[in-house]
Amino acid sequence: MTTVTPTATRAAAGSPGRLRTSSLAGRAGVFAVMALFALYTLIPVWWLLVTATKNKGYLFTTNGLWFSHFDLWTNIRDVFQEQDGIFARWLLNSALYSFGGAAVSTTLSAMAGYALAKYAFRGRDLTFNVILGAVLIPDVMFALPLYLMFSQVHLVNTYWAVFLPSVVSPFGVYLSRIYAGASVPDELIEAARLDGAGEARIFWRVAMPIMSPALVTIFLFQFVSIWNNYLLPLLMLNSDELQPVTVGLANWREGVNQGIPYNITITGAFLSVIPLIVAFLVLQRFWRSGLAAGSVK
Amino acid sequence: MATRTPGDALAHPIAGSAAKRIPGRGHTRSAVLFLAPFGLLFTAMLLAPIGYAVYQSFFRTHRSGLGLGPSTTVFAGFDNYVTALHDSRFMSSFLRVFTLGIVQVPVMLGLALLLALLLDSRGAVFKKVFRQIYFLPYALPGVIAAIMWSFLYAPSVSPFTAALRHVGLEVNFLSDDLVLASIGNMMTWAWTGFNMLIIYSALQAIPGELTEAAVMDGCSGWRVAWHVKIPAVRPALILTTVFSIIGTAQLFNEPAVLSQVAPTVSPTYTPILATQQSADINNYNYAATQSVILALLTFVLSFGFLKFTQRKGTFA
Repeated sequence: MTTVTPTATRAAAGSPGRLRTSSLAGRAGVFAVMALFALYTLIPVWWLLVTATKNKGYLFTTNGLWFSHFDLWTNIRDVFQEQDGIFARWLLNSALYSFGGAAVSTTLSAMAGYALAKYAFRGRDLTFNVILGAVLIPDVMFALPLYLMFSQVHLVNTYWAVFLPSVVSPFGVYLSRIYAGASVPDELIEAARLDGAGEARIFWRVAMPIMSPALVTIFLFQFVSIWNNYLLPLLMLNSDELQPVTVGLANWREGVNQGIPYNITITGAFLSVIPLIVAFLVLQRFWRSGLAAGSVK
Repeated sequence: MATRTPGDALAHPIAGSAAKRIPGRGHTRSAVLFLAPFGLLFTAMLLAPIGYAVYQSFFRTHRSGLGLGPSTTVFAGFDNYVTALHDSRFMSSFLRVFTLGIVQVPVMLGLALLLALLLDSRGAVFKKVFRQIYFLPYALPGVIAAIMWSFLYAPSVSPFTAALRHVGLEVNFLSDDLVLASIGNMMTWAWTGFNMLIIYSALQAIPGELTEAAVMDGCSGWRVAWHVKIPAVRPALILTTVFSIIGTAQLFNEPAVLSQVAPTVSPTYTPILATQQSADINNYNYAATQSVILALLTFVLSFGFLKFTQRKGTFA
């Protein structure tokens, strides 16, 4: 691949004249490949945006990648009116599951990770390895047995059925342990102990603030993972009222033959995506540092 | 689809490294208190379901008469497992997903690596914008992306079908021949950027002196990438491969949504779909058996890959 060469040429070559030309060609090549993939990524999202503005009649008859009559506001109104306004309820449910689940799981992960990093006790390595083993079996595969268990204890079709499994994040414990191990100095803990602080106080007042960058990452990971979850709520919830927006929209997609218009589903999908995209753009640097901690360490 | 979570630590166990520096002893009680809330929920939400599924898989519901009489649960030993291994639909769901993974994962990771290297090269412009664009699909919930693609593939709506028809090609993305590739495309679209970002983060962590030294020695950019950068991001590549194996094994959203518009996608198209199908017809013991087989196989594949790359590894 020649596209990467300019890096070297520019640094190594002596003659600035030759340098500029080859570098220009190289840059163009790099740009072309990157722009091509950007198009591949963007076109479906662009289609979603454009189609969300169309009346159902124009969906089949106009160019899918360009606007025709701008009916976005009507579509949005229709989305929120369909089935007595259940869409707002779904968004609220998603927000509840995601905020609540992520907040609790981040706290639990921080406590567990801190304990694994900073206390020597028998069985520590075994505990950690069991938690890591769980990372290698995706949670989707626990969904069905969990459903069978929950139906025995009558938790199925309640908020708890979706909330409880989402507060457990083995990956969160892993990240917390790595981060606590690397960033919370033992000397600081020891100093706090000498000052007479209890273990709980040390954790909340000393360790937690230092660990906060990792905790933000864990929160975000868990938030998105709960927001995106589909199979678990699909299994656990019968009632429309309890569903998150993912399950609700998939039902609308399925309900095309029962008279749910296409444009409702498409505009609904578009609306449900906006909060996450905004969150991503705002919080992206946390993601990167979190991913880096997970992969490079 | 649930988020893939890094399992990288198995490749780099840090166990023991911190143990020597632990100040003070006798904090076992505090440690247990800190671990208890997570430990209890972990046991209830992850360990117990595994145990329960394994237990269930050894039983069978026996219905007397025409299924109208009371049903009794009888011990079945490995019968359910034997049935599953002879279940042609279940086995072909494995084969289908395996075929998909063998092709899709290398394509996706190759692309992710290429994009990460390009983004890391000094010739790149608009780095920040491109990075955000590539990561964008990760913000779309899997099932929402699947709904979107189900329209993008549907012959009556698809702008792609329309464009291809314009140049005289009649393509149905949901046809028998193409639907698996179409699903592969959905996965590639959704996850390349995520993987790219992990690899890119690893590239950024390479000390500048390392690449500069190689350049001084007269290495071209491509050779620097091949001999310095790619070996250095090996752990990230292993990590993303493990993510991808796990992600492919739990393939559900895409075929579940496509099955509404593509008759070729059967209710037992992937192992997870097959498992759910068994649960839907109240064959819980069989569904549990299928879950156990699937979880075991995924674990063996991802853990096996980790071990294999660790043993071969010169860098990690």
